[in-house]
Amino acid sequence: MTLFTRTPRVLLAGGLAAALLATAACGTGDSAASAGASGSTTLSIVGFAVPEAANKAIAAEFTKTPEGEGVTFKTSYGASGDQSRAVEAGLDADYVHFSVSSDVMRLVDAGLVDESWDDGDNKGVVSRSVVVFGVREGNPKNITSWDDLIEPGVEIVTPNPGSSGAARWNALAAYGQVIAGGGTEAEATDYLDKFFANVVSLPGSGRDATTSFLGGTGDVLMAYENEAILANQSGQGFDYVIPETTLLIENPGAVLKDADPKAREWLDFVLSDAGQRQFALTGFRPIRDDVDYGGTVEGANDPSDPFPAVPNLLTVEKDFGSWSELSAKYFDEENGIVTRAIIASGKAE
Amino acid sequence: MSTTNTLDRTSGVGLGIAMTWFSLLVLIPLSAVVFTAAGGGWDLFWRTVTGEQTAAAIRLTVGQAALVTVVNVVMGTLIAWVLVRDHFRGKALLEVLIDIPFALPTIVAGLVLLALYGKDSPLGIDVANQRSAVFLAFLFVTLPFVVRMVQPTLAELDKEVEEAAASLGASRVTTFRRVILPSIVPAITAGAALSFARGVSEYGSLVLLSGNLPFRTEVTSVRILSSIENNNLAGAAATATVLLVISLAVIVLLDVLQRRVSGRG
Amino acid sequence: MAETRTVARTGVRRTPTTYVLRFVVAAYLFLLVAWPVSLVVVHTFEDGFTSLEGILSDPDVVTALWLTVRVAVIAVVINTVFGVGMSLLLVRQEFPGKRLLSALIDLPLSVSPIVVGLALVLVYGGRNGWLGPTLESAGFRVIFSTPGIVMATAFVALPLVIREVVPVLHEIGTEQEQAARSLGASSAQTFRRITLPAIKWAVVYGVVLSLARSLGEFGAVKVVSGNVLGQTRTATLVVEEKYLNFDQQGAYATAFLLAMVSVACIVIVAIIRPKEERR
Repeated sequence: MTLFTRTPRVLLAGGLAAALLATAACGTGDSAASAGASGSTTLSIVGFAVPEAANKAIAAEFTKTPEGEGVTFKTSYGASGDQSRAVEAGLDADYVHFSVSSDVMRLVDAGLVDESWDDGDNKGVVSRSVVVFGVREGNPKNITSWDDLIEPGVEIVTPNPGSSGAARWNALAAYGQVIAGGGTEAEATDYLDKFFANVVSLPGSGRDATTSFLGGTGDVLMAYENEAILANQSGQGFDYVIPETTLLIENPGAVLKDADPKAREWLDFVLSDAGQRQFALTGFRPIRDDVDYGGTVEGANDPSDPFPAVPNLLTVEKDFGSWSELSAKYFDEENGIVTRAIIASGKAE
Repeated sequence: MSTTNTLDRTSGVGLGIAMTWFSLLVLIPLSAVVFTAAGGGWDLFWRTVTGEQTAAAIRLTVGQAALVTVVNVVMGTLIAWVLVRDHFRGKALLEVLIDIPFALPTIVAGLVLLALYGKDSPLGIDVANQRSAVFLAFLFVTLPFVVRMVQPTLAELDKEVEEAAASLGASRVTTFRRVILPSIVPAITAGAALSFARGVSEYGSLVLLSGNLPFRTEVTSVRILSSIENNNLAGAAATATVLLVISLAVIVLLDVLQRRVSGRG
Repeated sequence: MAETRTVARTGVRRTPTTYVLRFVVAAYLFLLVAWPVSLVVVHTFEDGFTSLEGILSDPDVVTALWLTVRVAVIAVVINTVFGVGMSLLLVRQEFPGKRLLSALIDLPLSVSPIVVGLALVLVYGGRNGWLGPTLESAGFRVIFSTPGIVMATAFVALPLVIREVVPVLHEIGTEQEQAARSLGASSAQTFRRITLPAIKWAVVYGVVLSLARSLGEFGAVKVVSGNVLGQTRTATLVVEEKYLNFDQQGAYATAFLLAMVSVACIVIVAIIRPKEERR
């Protein structure tokens, strides 16, 4: 009887002891653990999830160069908006790489990134991609153009532009291609209404949208070329079609105001051919057309011509102005053009 | 409200320490949210929460959570009954299953629910992008609550009263209704309150399954996230505050109900 | 008398209802839990042990797993001490505001994980928080560091132990405790000898539930941890990252490990459970 009543207490005591031991033994990992060999620098990289593999490869290359010798990295990857908000709230960062400019603008507004971050040749862009249509194997509904998307009976899956900044490229592309084809703003808005009327799922992120699509929902997925290629490389891919008119996706990268000076050299390396090559190998379009990545990228529709030229390529700068302008015009919570199209589609039932 | 105070020194200090921790962890952060909501002004607050999309999301969230709570009360009590009162081979396996929904990260919960109850469902049950997806996801993550609350109480029940009732000729149903039920009602309502609360806050496991379609399958968490993404912190906090108030109301309601039914103060 | 015999073994009578109940419960649990979870197992072991080996040989992932365990244990200990103490205060004492406090205790569970993170950052954020900058200048960093993760985890599991223990405390009543007091036992002795043994299974279930919840929390932790590889990345964040990088198997394997820890807890509980089951 005594043994029995003692057992739970013994276990509790033992459990506590084990916990404390574990805590002590495994160390408190995050207290100034970054001290390496004397004179070494640690760069904190905060980025969105998909270029993680590319950034890792670039870091490995960087440490082989004289500028990068002895540099160690602390990295954090996640959804672009979440990462941006984290840096705004105080997460240590020397260099950030996000999916969409508004995530860097957030940091500029918070005084963490200098306003001149996008003044360079590359305009602050570090990697690129294009908006594509993901389709079922063999493309049974023969979806190749934007007009095909608004056919009755076509079910579209697109990440939710309302709750995800990175998802806004798709909606912008849908609108912009009408204007680029000579349409008026009214016609573009009308197109958006029809587009969202055909949407059957608005998952929170591009990745969730892909999962939803692969899980059987919808006939066409609004996707990014780089995610399609990465998905194909990982065995969870899908066929994709590059429409004749589409939007250039530009992922910004910026060094923070009070970052370690090495971060500048890191950014230069990322922008160099050696860095861009790594992006190309994981499905991103390099920022210059003459970057040599060996000519083959697995996972693309045609691995030997992975980044075919788009006949009609829209860009934010050329067709939409600046991100702050378009954020208000298209995505304002109450009056944004896209917001209203989504609401209209929801009330239509 | 009772204003008697039976605290002696030890319990007084204990309460003080407990309240300090509770304030630091819960009360102060939550008031920061309410404060931020208020900071945007009453006008913004009202506009945000009565905006069609948000109001529809709140209705959906609260409605589905309430429905799921009702199902949990019935099934949870049933499961607890079988686990405590019944003995058969394989019961231990059922016991093990109960807590797993808790331990599974919501992403994975969403993935498996989508695989089994989405378009490619082997059973042919497809709830993807419909309201029932929200119901299913809520059901999954709230399973353990009522079960685990009722189990220890049921196990502690004094068998003598039941046996006395039986020897006086009461049928099993009557014994259950008159003797057992009142004793486990506090546990059931405790579990129900938690089940509702948890359902209302669920997000991760249903984003994949529900499709976030406005007015149809969009839950409040998505609205809050949208506001945050638009740097509209006051709006996000406003929606969150409304949900807090509704949850508190339901919790208090269940507590009042519980007192009536079990006659306990 | 036949009646006495059946009465003495209440609950062991096999009526058709018993079998119906068993079937309903088993079917429900199978469809809702067993089947979905088995999918996790299937995906984890699709290529044999390779994905598990891959996970466990990645030092960053192992660090993340250890961090999760540490955080979960600390959060559970805090919640258990707070929980048992608060339960005693709520049931055995009277004080102004008691009913309001009781209702507020359930509130943390109803807060969306996004809002939990937001709330904690609003107060403890190092740049703009109410208390954060002060704490940070004193050298104590909360957000984007382990204490923040512990707080977020403790937050979401707060009511669990209390809600387990309170109904049982009501049920057992105060007679035994009063008897002990009248015999001269001190509060501490009464607690240790009378109360604690009576509520031990409630506490145990509460601990197991809290542990499971603490292991699996994702949304709130995501916001407060900063997700720095090797430092503040927890197991659930590993799951997200693997998922985002199209390494679905890795995601399943990590989730499998988390589920296994919770299963292990229940198994331990079942083992140390006394033979009082076979009444």
